[in-house]
Amino acid sequence: MKKNAPALTFPKPPARPNESPDFSSVDVGVAGELGVPPIDIVAADCRPYANGLIRVLNDEGHAVGPWADFIDDVDLEFLTQGLRDMMTIRTLDQRMLNAQRQGKTSFYVQCTGEEAIGCAFQRQLQPGDMNFPTYRQQSLLIAAGYSMELLMGQLYSNELDPMQGRQLPVMHSSRKDGFFSISGNLGTQYIQAVGWAMANALTDDGKITAGWIGDGATASNDFHSALLCASVYQPPIVLNIVNNQWAISTYTGVASGKSRTYAARARGYGIPSLRVDGNDYLAVCAVSRWALTRVRQGYGPVAIEWFTYRTAPHSTSDDPSAYRPRDEAKAWPLGDPIDRLKQHLIVNEAWSEERHVQTQAQLLDEITTTQKAVEAHGTLVDNKPLSPALMFNEVFAEMPEHLRRQRQESGF
Amino acid sequence: MAMSMVEALRDAMDVKLAEDPGVVIFGEDVGYFGGVFRCTAGLQEKYGEQRVFDTPINESAIVGMAIGMATHGMRPCVEMQFADYMYPAYDQITQEAARMRFRSNGQFTCPMVIRMPTGGGIFGGQTHSQSPEALFTHVAGLKTVIPSTPYDAKGLLIAAIEDPDPVIFLEPKRLYNGPFNGDHQAKSVSWSQHPDGEVPPDHYTVPLGKAAIRCSGNEVTVLAYGTMVYVAQAAAEESGVDAEIIDLRTLLPLDLDTVQQSVEKTGRCVVVHEATKTSGFGAELIAEVQEACFWHLKAPIQRITGWDAPYPHAAEWDYFPGPKRLGAALVKAMKY
Repeated sequence: MKKNAPALTFPKPPARPNESPDFSSVDVGVAGELGVPPIDIVAADCRPYANGLIRVLNDEGHAVGPWADFIDDVDLEFLTQGLRDMMTIRTLDQRMLNAQRQGKTSFYVQCTGEEAIGCAFQRQLQPGDMNFPTYRQQSLLIAAGYSMELLMGQLYSNELDPMQGRQLPVMHSSRKDGFFSISGNLGTQYIQAVGWAMANALTDDGKITAGWIGDGATASNDFHSALLCASVYQPPIVLNIVNNQWAISTYTGVASGKSRTYAARARGYGIPSLRVDGNDYLAVCAVSRWALTRVRQGYGPVAIEWFTYRTAPHSTSDDPSAYRPRDEAKAWPLGDPIDRLKQHLIVNEAWSEERHVQTQAQLLDEITTTQKAVEAHGTLVDNKPLSPALMFNEVFAEMPEHLRRQRQESGF
Repeated sequence: MAMSMVEALRDAMDVKLAEDPGVVIFGEDVGYFGGVFRCTAGLQEKYGEQRVFDTPINESAIVGMAIGMATHGMRPCVEMQFADYMYPAYDQITQEAARMRFRSNGQFTCPMVIRMPTGGGIFGGQTHSQSPEALFTHVAGLKTVIPSTPYDAKGLLIAAIEDPDPVIFLEPKRLYNGPFNGDHQAKSVSWSQHPDGEVPPDHYTVPLGKAAIRCSGNEVTVLAYGTMVYVAQAAAEESGVDAEIIDLRTLLPLDLDTVQQSVEKTGRCVVVHEATKTSGFGAELIAEVQEACFWHLKAPIQRITGWDAPYPHAAEWDYFPGPKRLGAALVKAMKY
């Protein structure tokens, strides 16, 4: 190639299979370093928060810095519940992964390594607030207290399935738990969340909205539509970006390009933006509370990049060993969210290894008991199918004549 | 009161804005300016920018926001500036709005209207002339409506806004200011001189899913909608064929009963639309008619449409399926 000739770049992850994990280019800053911005901060003043990393828990498990002070009313009991929430979803993920491997359900998506984000965020929401989640935020449902029977019923598409077999196993929907119907398409719901938030304002219902998107889907047009429209109309919304480094096999650099952070990208739309250690339950708790308070008080939208690592495969249809080092998760510089909150609670004498083991066993027992009860209603292995005629319902509010004729023709 | 179709559409939105605080109107240029075709003129001034507002030039954002509002419980009525501009929103329309009720088992629904000017005849070239109705009727969960008179435009739009499901509302832009029979050299006619330009000022609806017989006849049934209703009337007059002209008004759900009764009476059927031929809505109509009326048919069903080419600019009137082509099809149907 000629000297100085234009050449394209093709972003590559720091390590591929059979190479040593390498996160040396990831700057995690120092816990407690960044301050709490004023509630009415404007995007122009958000540079340090959008480019840096807000952390509360240090390597010794202590909560440090201004963000720790910001949530100093959060007691150890609350945090113990947070730990239980995270352990619950992780245990559920393991059980459901096994169930999929046994052929009992067609598909599953784990959120391993990302539990703190949904679990801590949800506990800062109020009844009537609405999440527009992706399929990796089951943690929101767990922390919202969603029925485990309904959740598993959908995974097995049996008679307990509130979607009556219409939707993929992990695409849950629970209006009363503030969990919007998951499409399965990426990105589309980010702009819908902005519309819902505009409805919050237009109807003056006193509620707020949370949009969710992954780093990979920030490449979609809907991401940009959402940030633009949130910037234009200033509805009460928190725009969450979960940066877990991987979009199936595609390295996050293919979505970010030469931009420094996703929070910085959001800031470019004039939206105050912060970047947060998503594996730090206390940091998620603190920044969620700050952002939701700001939004609720009418100071306009906020974007948050939750910096984390997708420890699990993308889905049960994925094999990450084909594109990244097997032990990359272990090398993630911000550790594991459960280990870190557990350490914090032990340091503060509110938890112990014994209690942890006991709780783990107890949760496994509870979930397994529920699982057995739900499986009695049918799985893909022991199929007790719902009537196929259900597919003709809920296409329209009232079944039109042509659909009625087709249902008749189907013989269901 | 005599109204153009533009005024009738505006009046429908006016009625609903006044009646229902959940109704909001938005789209490109629809707020302060009142829309490039003036359909929303004066509404922002009357109802405020919380109810009627401008959006960025981003159709998928317009529909995406409308879905958020509709699922929340509001009743957005949004405008695509041209039907030709809806493609970026197609994902939101087909995979989100259309299936929201189904995929959430009724937890979330999309009572919303997406208005869009459709069809050619205004020298708009290939990006301001398209008729994409078949791209909507092919999608489960959408209703597709297309009025041909000011009276129907108002009544159908009110019914669409009140409908519990997403409605695609196609507005034949060549009919905005007057009926058009396909003769582009004739002096244009205004709606004020047409009986269907008479529009009641208050709330009324024209039910979705019901066709109208525009002209009774005994020899051949013409299935038409939008601008083609007037082209069909001209073709019948010029060819002297005793045609029954059915204005479908709603393409989905289709009023098959009215169609069937007519074809069983006449024994002949001609289908006409401005959109391209292959896989067009006419193909669906022909399939339905032959299935429902096979033993009554005396002649093969004729189909007159735009050609399978992009809508040309300069040769617009050679593309537009005018009364001459349609008249020839009527005569041909009579030869069997």
